Amino acid sequence: MASITLSDVRKVYPGGVEAVRGVSLDIADGEMVVLVGPSGCGKSTLLRMIAGLETISAGTVAIGGRVVNELEPAARDIAMVFQNYALYPHMSVRQNLAYGLKNRGTPAAEIARRIDAAAAILEIAPFLDRRPGQLSGGQRQRVAMGRAIVREPAAFLFDEPLSNLDAKLRVQMRVEIRRLQRSLATTSVYVTHDQLEAMTLADRLVVLNGGRIEQVGTPIELYEKPATSFVAAFIGSPAMNLLPAVRNGEAVTLPGGGKVAAALGPEVATLGIRPEDLVPGRRDDAAFTAELTVAAVELVGAESYVHGTTPEGGELVFRVAGRSAIAPGEGMMVSASAEALHRFGTEGRRLG
Amino acid sequence: MQENRPLAGLVAHLVLVLGVLIVAFPIWYTFVASTHSLQTILSPPLPLVPGDRFLDNYGEALVGGIGQIGGVGIGRLLFNTAVMATAIAVGKIVISILSAYAIVFFRFPGRMVFFWLIFITLMLPVEVRILPTYKVMVDLGLIDTYTGLTLPLMASATATFLFRQFFLTIPPELVEAARIDGAGPMKFLRDILLPLSKTNIAALFVILFIYGWTQYLWPLLITSDSRMSTIVIALRKMVSFTDADTPWHLVMVVAILAILPPVMVVVLMQRWFVKGLVETEK
Amino acid sequence: MSRVVFPARVLPYLLLSPQIAITAVFFYWPASQALWQSVLREDPFGLKTTFVGLANFRSVLADPNYLQSARVTVVFSVATALLAMAAALWLASAAERVVRGRGLYRTLLIWPYAVAPAVAGMLWLFMFNPAMGTFAYMLRRAGYNWDPLLDPGQAMTMVVVAAAWKQISYNFLFFVAAMQSIPRSLIEAAAIDGAGSTKRFWTIVLPLIAPTTFFLLVVNTVYAFFDTFGIIHAVTGGGPARATETLVYKVYNDGFVHLSLGSSAAQSVILMAIVILLTAIQFRFVERRVHYG
Repeated sequence: MASITLSDVRKVYPGGVEAVRGVSLDIADGEMVVLVGPSGCGKSTLLRMIAGLETISAGTVAIGGRVVNELEPAARDIAMVFQNYALYPHMSVRQNLAYGLKNRGTPAAEIARRIDAAAAILEIAPFLDRRPGQLSGGQRQRVAMGRAIVREPAAFLFDEPLSNLDAKLRVQMRVEIRRLQRSLATTSVYVTHDQLEAMTLADRLVVLNGGRIEQVGTPIELYEKPATSFVAAFIGSPAMNLLPAVRNGEAVTLPGGGKVAAALGPEVATLGIRPEDLVPGRRDDAAFTAELTVAAVELVGAESYVHGTTPEGGELVFRVAGRSAIAPGEGMMVSASAEALHRFGTEGRRLG
Repeated sequence: MQENRPLAGLVAHLVLVLGVLIVAFPIWYTFVASTHSLQTILSPPLPLVPGDRFLDNYGEALVGGIGQIGGVGIGRLLFNTAVMATAIAVGKIVISILSAYAIVFFRFPGRMVFFWLIFITLMLPVEVRILPTYKVMVDLGLIDTYTGLTLPLMASATATFLFRQFFLTIPPELVEAARIDGAGPMKFLRDILLPLSKTNIAALFVILFIYGWTQYLWPLLITSDSRMSTIVIALRKMVSFTDADTPWHLVMVVAILAILPPVMVVVLMQRWFVKGLVETEK
Repeated sequence: MSRVVFPARVLPYLLLSPQIAITAVFFYWPASQALWQSVLREDPFGLKTTFVGLANFRSVLADPNYLQSARVTVVFSVATALLAMAAALWLASAAERVVRGRGLYRTLLIWPYAVAPAVAGMLWLFMFNPAMGTFAYMLRRAGYNWDPLLDPGQAMTMVVVAAAWKQISYNFLFFVAAMQSIPRSLIEAAAIDGAGSTKRFWTIVLPLIAPTTFFLLVVNTVYAFFDTFGIIHAVTGGGPARATETLVYKVYNDGFVHLSLGSSAAQSVILMAIVILLTAIQFRFVERRVHYG
């Protein structure tokens, strides 16, 4: 059990490419932090620097108050779960779990005790004597988790562990990982590019972009108050509608279409509205209204997403509950209240 | 595809049977000859079925024929050849695994230089540099030694290349997992890489064993003492088509004994042999 | 992602040292000696050596015996490669067609691979030598004047057949592997398009295994150039009248029998150039396979 502290961590590759550009982050003991961002944002590099699989170009990584920059991965008291599981194919499940413990000189009785305990938690006891090749994807995933658990490490590091599973199993394992992490209360860093996975797993979310932190916060904070237009666009599905704004004297116009009633302030460059905040029809108290021609309606089950085009050529998405009577080609009005408007400045930073 | 054309199938079988006959006939012919008396062999045509001299001929060649194969027993020759084939195969595999391991799993100054130093040797078989290599062997006093027979043939790039290709298919995460599990480089090699390479090692062993067993030019140069000779060279020295004294019935026995061990290795380890052959050269 | 590596400073050099040491002593040293000697000339008593530049190369290339040997090598290699590949292709396409017994046929077809080239040559000589060979006897009974030890053309035929015989197994395995990697759907589509089995072979199978065919052509050429030394040495000794004296055999003969160092070294260097050329062709081809395959 330990906290993890990153202080101005940087990674510069020999070619001069800067993958991580100064990241500072405090991860509390027992906390589950999810690093999320598009591919190439530096999230995996950051995780691998914590693990000791990449050297740290500048800054420090501390685990449990001890700077580990120069320590071998095995000496950092961490365990890692890989995307492709990285189980040793020629060893039985039991040998896979035992290998790391044996290398550390753990007594055989203790190894057996830990393996039995982990096998019980993960329900992998029936497969202990099989080889990884004889297991299904979900079972291998459990074994990979088991290998991390038996180490009883100070921290778990997860590198997109669910990406190789099919959709249904992914949801199931997601719930299970969350439950497990809670009950073991082990500090965890989890990397994913899937914002839904990130939202559901995280105590705190870290959104990375271009090697820098865009925002850190609880999933709800990030969803309700995205600090930048990048975070706004990345978190939430379907993505937030982002409309460019142009100042025109005192007024602000939206070249993509739509009218803004309220004063937005002079610095606004982008206006964001979540799809669920746009409602069909015209309202008197609406801060935003737009005229749409419906282009497509996607029914996804409990709700529908309506894609529309403004006369000026802008595109807006909004959601309606259940099956919608709206048909493509239809013309309609949508509006949003003042509280639902997210305003971003020229640098993409949130205003107010 | 299932095609119901019995005639085509029959033709294919005929072609294959013919092929097998052509491929196998020289060996069958030799075997048949090895079971007949010298007189029968010298008065063609040879019968197509084995004769009754099997025990006599093989007994004479193995036990009594010492004087006739350059003064060396056939057991000694088979032993020399087996030593050569095994040592080359094992030595090459060990050396190649180590260097391929260094090249794939480490980054160090001069890595590419070493890589090319090794891989250029792919291009130059011993045949093209016979004389100077022989001179080096003489200077080092390696003529008529097992070291001289085997060591120079151990360094070749093919095996290193095969292992390199295989090591490159090992997922990098496996190395990372091992590092997190506390395995250093030698432990990773022993606990993970070698067990995973088992099939490749077996396949390569078959191919290299054959390679070593069938060497001709090298033992011809390096051995002058017939006690260090290989069975293939000894067989060649027994044969003289102009000399009426050539004991043909014994020559045939020696030929069969020279062929048998590598053929057994190929047939018994066929699965690895085919895999190794088709994959090494790709 | 770049490959993960172990941090170590000395270990990789230790791991490389056996191979590098052997390669340096038995490979680079002699090869550089060959290069060096190819520009020197030694007097008949070995007392004095003089630098002669490219004179050795000039005299080698002007030597009618050398040019004859080059011609012999080309004829021998082309004939061996074509014979070995044609026979193997024929057998492989037959093996593709049979359903039962494929494994048995393979087992029976692969063993010549294990026979040493020199022994292969001797086996054929047993069957065809004029004194006692059954086939020589049959040929003569049929009125054919057969004596490969005296007739250059017959000697060449015999070494080619022996060399090709040994190489059939190798080619067979590769052709079978190549044919098995052709997607069944392609063959089936051709069958639905009305192509009979012969037509399918020429229009679908053969073009699709072209990369393997080309690869085997290079390998067989290299084999015929170098690995057949044993056959020539054991069967004909380069004769009769140099009719089967290949380049490799000549290097050996000039160096060890006639002891002309400079000439042998120059020949070695020329051979090295040929191998490097062949290997370069093969590498280019391997590279192409990676891109398109």
